[in-house]
Amino acid sequence: MWSLSQIAGSIHEWLSTTFNPTIALILEMVIAGVAIIGLFAVLGLVLVIMERKVAAWIQIRLGPNRVGPKGLLQSAADTVKLLVKEGMTPDGADKFLFNLAPFVAMIVAMLLMAPIAFAKDFQLWDLNIGVLYVSSVSSIMVISILMAGWSSNNKYSLMGAMRSGAQIVSYELSAGLAILSIVVLTGSLQISEIVQSQANGWWLFKGHIPAIIAFVIFMIAVTAETNRAPFDLAEAESELTAGFHTEYSGMKFALFFLSEYVNVFIVCAIGATLFLGGWMPFHIGNWEAFNHIMDYIPSSIWFFGKTFFLIFLIMWFRWTFPRLRIDQLLNLEWKYLLPISMVNLLLMTALAILGWHF
Amino acid sequence: MFLKDYIKEVYGAVKSLVVGMRRTGYYFTHHKEIITEQYPDNRATLKLADRFKGEVVMPHDENNEHRCTGCTACELACPNGTIKVVTKFDITPEGKKKKAIDKLVYHLELCTMCNLCVTACPSDAIKMAQTFEHSVYDRSKLTKILNNPGSKIMEGVE
Repeated sequence: MWSLSQIAGSIHEWLSTTFNPTIALILEMVIAGVAIIGLFAVLGLVLVIMERKVAAWIQIRLGPNRVGPKGLLQSAADTVKLLVKEGMTPDGADKFLFNLAPFVAMIVAMLLMAPIAFAKDFQLWDLNIGVLYVSSVSSIMVISILMAGWSSNNKYSLMGAMRSGAQIVSYELSAGLAILSIVVLTGSLQISEIVQSQANGWWLFKGHIPAIIAFVIFMIAVTAETNRAPFDLAEAESELTAGFHTEYSGMKFALFFLSEYVNVFIVCAIGATLFLGGWMPFHIGNWEAFNHIMDYIPSSIWFFGKTFFLIFLIMWFRWTFPRLRIDQLLNLEWKYLLPISMVNLLLMTALAILGWHF
Repeated sequence: MFLKDYIKEVYGAVKSLVVGMRRTGYYFTHHKEIITEQYPDNRATLKLADRFKGEVVMPHDENNEHRCTGCTACELACPNGTIKVVTKFDITPEGKKKKAIDKLVYHLELCTMCNLCVTACPSDAIKMAQTFEHSVYDRSKLTKILNNPGSKIMEGVE
């Protein structure tokens, strides 16, 4: 049967028989890099058109419907427009940091792609602290936002960047605690082991109510971490024009835009891996026949289906809820999410020790 | 006690968020009832709301008669001088002089479609039309005379 891991295996075999090991390794790295960049481009196009269509349907509108069949090529046309636009650097800006910031945002998003398991045995780097790596690298994101806001030499940009700093730093805590509660159950930080531990059922179902609470908290926290509405104070179109990327134009703006969407994809992929079993098909206990049918669906389709379901959930949040004020935002984190997730982690630990989970 | 309030608050918040998401979820799954008008494409079948205000017109009946008495209430009601009523005096069959309109001049380029003239009119002589394709190449074409040439006031309108 067709699978991503087979393709990767045959490429590896062909390279290692044709070239000597060092060159084969370098070529494999190049192929992986190109594949990641390709995935970025595709994700950018798909997620932008998806967001616009979801927004339109929720607001009883039609959405983009002119370019291509049913408007599906709209984001491609937008990308071409952004590519040919002039990338301005304001006179008063700190030129070096200003031009560096979008690339930092992009590189962080790229680094986060490394430990994600896209399909069965299809992973760039299965390091033994995968979850820790993801949660720590994703906090570098705030540096690029602060860099952009500070170097723009614009008060709105700086305000947006500062808000975003406060927001990301505080929401990282509850996201981390939600992740920890799954790590407590699996006893491992390695992504492949976390996926493997869900072979007989996803943690969302196996972990009883604490897992569901952890899932809800995780979704809220990652929505805040990726700076999306209702937590989009960093951009806040109606208050700060566009926050930290006010001064950016052309492709540099597009990189920020793209990295936002790629980050959404990454956090949803992590959420799908932790709570919904990653590429693991949907299995119910001892129903052999049912499980066999589910196994026929390729693992990559399972992974992308779950991830896009979570992305849709985040888009649904965005077009339903109004933006929070900065004090409400911090109240929500420090007075509600953090205490709840701490108690929840305690419950989860008791659950894991007593072996009450399935 | 504090804990009870706290849990109540969280429960209420989650519930209200779910209510909101159910509403938008309903819209998402029922995307047949689209409110977007694809204007230039559906120009022939375009249906505007009854309250849509495009421009001020004066309806005439088949005998080329209107209901305007020339009382200038619309001119007084207009906040930015869009309407100018030019009156004349007709001689009635009994030999009396009677006030009537010569021209009702309407400056579309000044009009803000505020509807104050229509509500001010005591004899329902003017109303808002649903036309909205007003662009022209010459500004003078926007100054319109609302009463038709040769029209006169309807019988029985005072």
